[in-house]
Amino acid sequence: MARVAYQTLDDHGPGYWGLLMLNALILLAGLGAAYVMEHRGHIVTGMTNQIVWGTPHVFAVFLIVAASGALNIASVASVFDRPQYKPYARLSGLLAIALLVGGLSVLVLDLGRPDRLIVAMTTFNFKSIFAWNIFLYTGFLAVVAAYLFAMMDRRASRSAALGKAIGWIAFVWRLVLTTGTGSIFGWLVAREAYDAAIMAPLFIAASLLWGLAFVVLVLAVVRWQSGQELLTDEMLRRFRGLLAVFALAVLYFTAVHHLTNLYASEHWGVERFLLLEGGPYTAMFWVGQIGVGSVLPLAILAAPASGRSRAAVTAASLLFLIGGLAQMYVVIIAGQAYPLNLFPGMEVTSSFHDGQVASYRPSLPEVLLGLSGLSLAMLLAGVAVKVLPFLPRPAQ
Amino acid sequence: MSGEPQDCAGCGCGIGGTCARSPAGDDGLDEPRRAFLRGAAATAVTTLAAGVTLYSFGAEPAAGRGPDEKVNPKVRWGLLIDAGKCGDGCTACVTACQTENGWRDTGHPETDAQWIRKLTVKNPRNGATFSLPMMCQHCADAPCVDVCPTGASFKRADGIVLVDKHTCIGCRYCMMACPYKARSFIHEPLADQKPHAPRGKGTVESCTLCVHRVDDGRIPACVEACNDTAGKAMLFGDLNDPSSEIAKRVANYRTTRIRSDLGTDPGVYYRNI
Repeated sequence: MARVAYQTLDDHGPGYWGLLMLNALILLAGLGAAYVMEHRGHIVTGMTNQIVWGTPHVFAVFLIVAASGALNIASVASVFDRPQYKPYARLSGLLAIALLVGGLSVLVLDLGRPDRLIVAMTTFNFKSIFAWNIFLYTGFLAVVAAYLFAMMDRRASRSAALGKAIGWIAFVWRLVLTTGTGSIFGWLVAREAYDAAIMAPLFIAASLLWGLAFVVLVLAVVRWQSGQELLTDEMLRRFRGLLAVFALAVLYFTAVHHLTNLYASEHWGVERFLLLEGGPYTAMFWVGQIGVGSVLPLAILAAPASGRSRAAVTAASLLFLIGGLAQMYVVIIAGQAYPLNLFPGMEVTSSFHDGQVASYRPSLPEVLLGLSGLSLAMLLAGVAVKVLPFLPRPAQ
Repeated sequence: MSGEPQDCAGCGCGIGGTCARSPAGDDGLDEPRRAFLRGAAATAVTTLAAGVTLYSFGAEPAAGRGPDEKVNPKVRWGLLIDAGKCGDGCTACVTACQTENGWRDTGHPETDAQWIRKLTVKNPRNGATFSLPMMCQHCADAPCVDVCPTGASFKRADGIVLVDKHTCIGCRYCMMACPYKARSFIHEPLADQKPHAPRGKGTVESCTLCVHRVDDGRIPACVEACNDTAGKAMLFGDLNDPSSEIAKRVANYRTTRIRSDLGTDPGVYYRNI
């Protein structure tokens, strides 16, 4: 295959600046929200002693999971020797870093004591998967940065062996990272909605889907702004197929998770809550995650005539991301809303809301903080494609 | 602020009378006020401790711990709670804990801290109910300790599970992990703290088993209140000492530990549940 040529985003419409401004404004609003939360405490959020992780975590975990998946295109190119993917490898690495930085920023700013970040970076309990994740996340940034250097530096990029070696490290690292993120929930034995090893592969499947969806959407925005078609027909077809496979994998792991719980009578309560009687949480699962976020985009992609179009793949990608946010909402919020089972088989009441399904209403500050993580990621990616050659030149 | 070790008697970290970690430094407790409160508390403790210890019923005659004395790892402090003696509407233990440690109802039930609470448990098949106090179960293999990224959630050598307020970053992962919903997050700025029970906005807290009293050779406030004014349902002592009253009763009566199936080895035993 001929050497791939890359370009910076030079020739674009005013919409590019509009998007940058919009994301900058949301980022500023998010920083303001974080200041209010830090100053007045989490009382300004919808979080409580029942729902201890709220909307910021929904966005943060979503972005972190998507970050590891965004790197997949680069991995396919260098680890699995598929040169067709190489033109998108740089963008894939860039999005991996940008999405991770966006997610981590939200996570840090949602801490009760964000000023103690230095404590988190210097004092470790290595039995905690959280502590391991601090190394996995920061290490991922370093590995992907090295990966990008190996791809973009004039001399380093001549060495196929170097690219392959770093590609392998990044590939294994991202699998471990997403396993760690899924295990934040999977290793929680106290809560019935979690406590499942399948959370790790579920998160890996989700990462592949969301990461690719982000790549497709960024390419769509570039097309909209520059008029350049960077996605070849062949790659459009491949991305369409991959999106469908990844979405089916997420559905498969989700189904196995619920079916396993449904088989054990001790978990019927939590399953009845999630699937039938959970009100907004049940709606979020069936309508948000399954309907709008999985079945509808799969149907769009499967449509015989229109499913192969760019518009269909772009629309499906957007819906997969909306479904991903819904999925994280169900996992994180609904998983906490179902009460802890202190006395199995008994009804428990107290002034501390034992035995009750917790209510949760996200407040404006926490929604702004969550959105600002996405905006930070898009802002970083938007600026980066303008100053460095991350984008491929259109195929001749 | 100087780099000298700060008096950390109220921190409960178990390092001793002083610890090199800097104080939390927030929530309005400046150093002169801290010093005054420490002095006042020390005076009160000196005056009252002996009498209170003698006055308490059903507790171990604990020897206490000197300011520079290390925590005794041979001890495992624990509680035995007889739900059969725990009155349905009685909240003496809760009130005593609030008074002792300074947490209170601020009118925000969803976000207010609760170090100890009364549970009413009902069998849905026959309507039979019982009542019991629930607090940190001071597990030997505590999930909150395992998951804490900075080690702020820790277990003292004598089995008391605490939060180091100097290193808690407020991630709330311990609250996700605790099977007993024993922990609270401080959602609002605080005022009028007790010097022996430091708290901080943005950090997590829970029952300390009144570690400051235990180190003074006294029993936890909840146990004292229950024995003095309520049903004498609570017993505090060293589970590892075969001659202690609590160890004898745990050995001789059928007791239950809540969610013992999780294998966390709680230090709180219950009877008649």
